[in-house]
Amino acid sequence: MTVFIIRRLLQSVLVVAVMTVLVFAGVYAIGNPVEILISQDATEAERAAAIARLGLDKSLPEQYLAFLGNLLKGDLGTSFVFGEPALQLVLERFPATMELAICAMIIAIFIGVPLGLYAGLRPDSWGGRTIMTGSIFGFSLPNFWQGLMLIMLFAVILQWLPAGGRGERGEFLGIESSFFSWDGLSHLILPAINLALFKTSLVIRLTRASVRETINLDYVKFARAKGLKSSRVIGLHVLKNIMIPLVTIIGLEFGSVIAFAVVTETVFAWPGMGKLIIDSIFQLDRPVIVAYLIVIVFLFITINLVVDILYAILDPRVRLSDQKA
Amino acid sequence: MSLLSIENLRTHFFTKAGVVKSVDGVSFDLKRGEILGIVGESGSGKSVTGFSIMGLVDPPGRIVNGSIRFDGKDLVDMPEPDMRALRGRRIAMIFQDPMMTLNPVLRVDTQMIEALRAHGKWTDEDARQRCRDVLGQVGIPSPDERLKSYPHQFSGGMRQRVAIAIALLHQPDLIIADEPTTALDVTIQAQILFEVQKLVAEHNTAMIWVTHDLAVVAGLADRVAVMYAGRIVEMGTTEQVVNRPLHPYTAGLIGSAPSRNARGTRLTQIQGMAPLPMNLPVGCAFRPRCQRASEACSAAPDPSVPEDSQMVRCHYPLRDNHDRGGDA
Ligand SMILES: Nc1ncnc2c1ncn2[C@@H]1O[C@H](COP(=O)(O)OP(=O)(O)OP(=O)(O)O)[C@@H](O)[C@H]1O
Ligand code: SF4
Ligand SMILES: [Mg+2]
Repeated sequence: MTVFIIRRLLQSVLVVAVMTVLVFAGVYAIGNPVEILISQDATEAERAAAIARLGLDKSLPEQYLAFLGNLLKGDLGTSFVFGEPALQLVLERFPATMELAICAMIIAIFIGVPLGLYAGLRPDSWGGRTIMTGSIFGFSLPNFWQGLMLIMLFAVILQWLPAGGRGERGEFLGIESSFFSWDGLSHLILPAINLALFKTSLVIRLTRASVRETINLDYVKFARAKGLKSSRVIGLHVLKNIMIPLVTIIGLEFGSVIAFAVVTETVFAWPGMGKLIIDSIFQLDRPVIVAYLIVIVFLFITINLVVDILYAILDPRVRLSDQKA
Repeated sequence: MSLLSIENLRTHFFTKAGVVKSVDGVSFDLKRGEILGIVGESGSGKSVTGFSIMGLVDPPGRIVNGSIRFDGKDLVDMPEPDMRALRGRRIAMIFQDPMMTLNPVLRVDTQMIEALRAHGKWTDEDARQRCRDVLGQVGIPSPDERLKSYPHQFSGGMRQRVAIAIALLHQPDLIIADEPTTALDVTIQAQILFEVQKLVAEHNTAMIWVTHDLAVVAGLADRVAVMYAGRIVEMGTTEQVVNRPLHPYTAGLIGSAPSRNARGTRLTQIQGMAPLPMNLPVGCAFRPRCQRASEACSAAPDPSVPEDSQMVRCHYPLRDNHDRGGDA
C-alpha cells in the first residue's frame, strides 16, 4: 500500500515536470505578458523595471530554472496580474469549484443510477426508451448552450432562480459553504445542473449497459433460483456488481467535471478556478496557469488513488498489493 | 401420484431472427426419490426444460403451451410470489458452470444465509449451524473458515460443492442438476456424483440430472430421457435405453459414448451437425443425419411404446439386436 502511494507520487512529480515545461514553452510562444500588463504610454525605463520585476528579462531556460528553485521551496511564483502568490489565488477559488463539482456529481449519481437501472431492467418499455432518448440529448447538446437555455428558462422566463454569481454562504460545523444557506443553494442549482447533464447521461448509459450485462449472468439466475425476492436480487446481487465499473468511471469522471467546470463557471459567472484560469490565460499570467495545472494534477492523482482503494474494497478479487500501479 | 408431471411442454424464444422452439412438446413424469437422466447434444433444450420447471425463462422466451404439475399444482400459471416460495425450498437447481454460479463479490456465508432467509426466519446462530452442517455433508473441510471466504478463494470443484450445498439447504423435494459436473475433472466428478447420490437417497429427493455424458447417467439414473431438437425422442429405464435403444439417435449416442472410466467427452461423433433450432427439418428432426430415414420420415413421428414402458419417436425404431449398437 505504501509502495503503491509512493509510486503514484513519483508519477505525479514526473507529470508536473513535463507539464511545467510545456506551459513555459506554450506561454512564451503565444506572446509577451508585458505587452498586456504595462500600459501603452509607459516610459522605456518603467517598462524595463517591470520586466525585471517579473523576471522576464532572463532567458526562458533561466526563468524555468528559477521557477524550479522556488518550487522546491514551495513557492509557485507570484501572479503577474494580481501581485499575489499564485497558489494562494488558485486555492482561494478551489472551494467554489469543488462545491459545484460535488453537487453536479451528486445529481448525476442520484438521477443517473436509478434511471439507468430502470432502463436496464425494462429496456423495451416506454419509460426505458424515453430515458435512453433523453440521455442522447444530454450527450450531444453543447454544454454552454444547455447552460444558456437553463438561464433563459429558470432565471429569465420563470424567474425562479438567479442567473449567476455565487450567493451567500452558510456555516456548518465550521465549514463555510453554499450548501448551508438558501441563497447559496439557489445560486448553486442551475450551474450544478448544467455541469451534471452530460455526466448524468453518461451514468445512465453506463448503468443500463452494466445491468443488461449482469442480469443474464448465471449468478443472478442462481440467486433467483434460491427463491430470493427480486428486490434483493437487484438491490444486492446486481447492484453490488455494477458498482465496480460505476465507481471507477464516476471517480475518474470527477476529474473531468472539474475541467468541464471552466465552461459552466464562465456561463454562470461562478467565481471558481475555471473562471480564474480562463482570465489568466487571456492575460498570459503564467504563474497562475502553472499553479492551477499543478493543483489539477494532484487532484487527479488523489482521485485515482481513492478510486483504486474503493475498487479494492468493492471487488474482493482485487488486492492493492498485487496490483501494478 | 407422481411428484412432477410435465405434459406437452413448449417453451419458445421469440427472437428478432425468428422463433426458436427450444422445447417443443416435452412430456415426462417423475416420482419421489426417482432420478431421471436427460441426455442430448448441445442445444437440444435440456437447460430450457430445467428453467421452465423453475419458472426462470426470461423474455424473449415464454412457455407457450403445456402444463407442469408439481405436487398437484400447475406451475405454468402459478403467480410469481407462490412460485418464488417454491424455488430453492421445494425445487432447487444446480447450474452447469461452477465458476459462474456464485456471486463473486459476496461472501459464501452471505449467499448461503440469504437462501435460508428467503423462506423463513432464521437466527444468525441457527443459520450458520445449518450452513456448516450442509457444507460438511457435501464434503467441504473446515466449513467454519470456508463460510467467511469469497468464491474466488475456492477451486471449481469446491464451488460446485457449495452450490450443491445451497441446493440442499432446505431439503427440497426435487433437484434439477444441469450438467453440474461437466466442467470438473473426472475424479472430482466421481466424488461429487457419489455424494449427491447418497444424499438424495437419504432424503428420498427426486432429481433430474442433465448431461452430455451417457456414461454418467448409466451409473446414476433410474430412467433416461434422450432429447433431440426440443423433443424427447426416447425414454425408458436406464437399462432399456442404454442396453436396448430403440431410436437411431440413441444408438448413435451409445456408439459414440466414451467407456465408463474414460473422461466424458462431448457426444459429437454422430455424423452431421445438430440442427439449428431456427429452421428444423420438416418431419423428424433427425432425418438429415439418419441412415434409416425414408419417405415416411418427412411426417413427424408420434411417440409410440413398442416395448414395455419404453417410449420412442421414430417411424423405424430398432427392433432386433442386429439393428442395435451404433449403426446410426
Ligand atoms: N435467451 C435465449 N434466446 C434465444 N434462444 C435461446 C435462449 N436460450 C436458449 N435458447 C435456445 O434454445 C435452444 C436450447 O438451449 P438449451 O440451453 O436448453 O440447450 P442445452 O440442451 O442445455 O445445451 P447445452 O448442452 O449446450 O447446455 C438453443 O438452441 C438455444 O439457442
Ligand atoms: S423417424 Fe425416420 S428419420 Fe427419424 S429417427 Fe426414425 S427413421 Fe430416422
Ligand atoms: Mg444447458
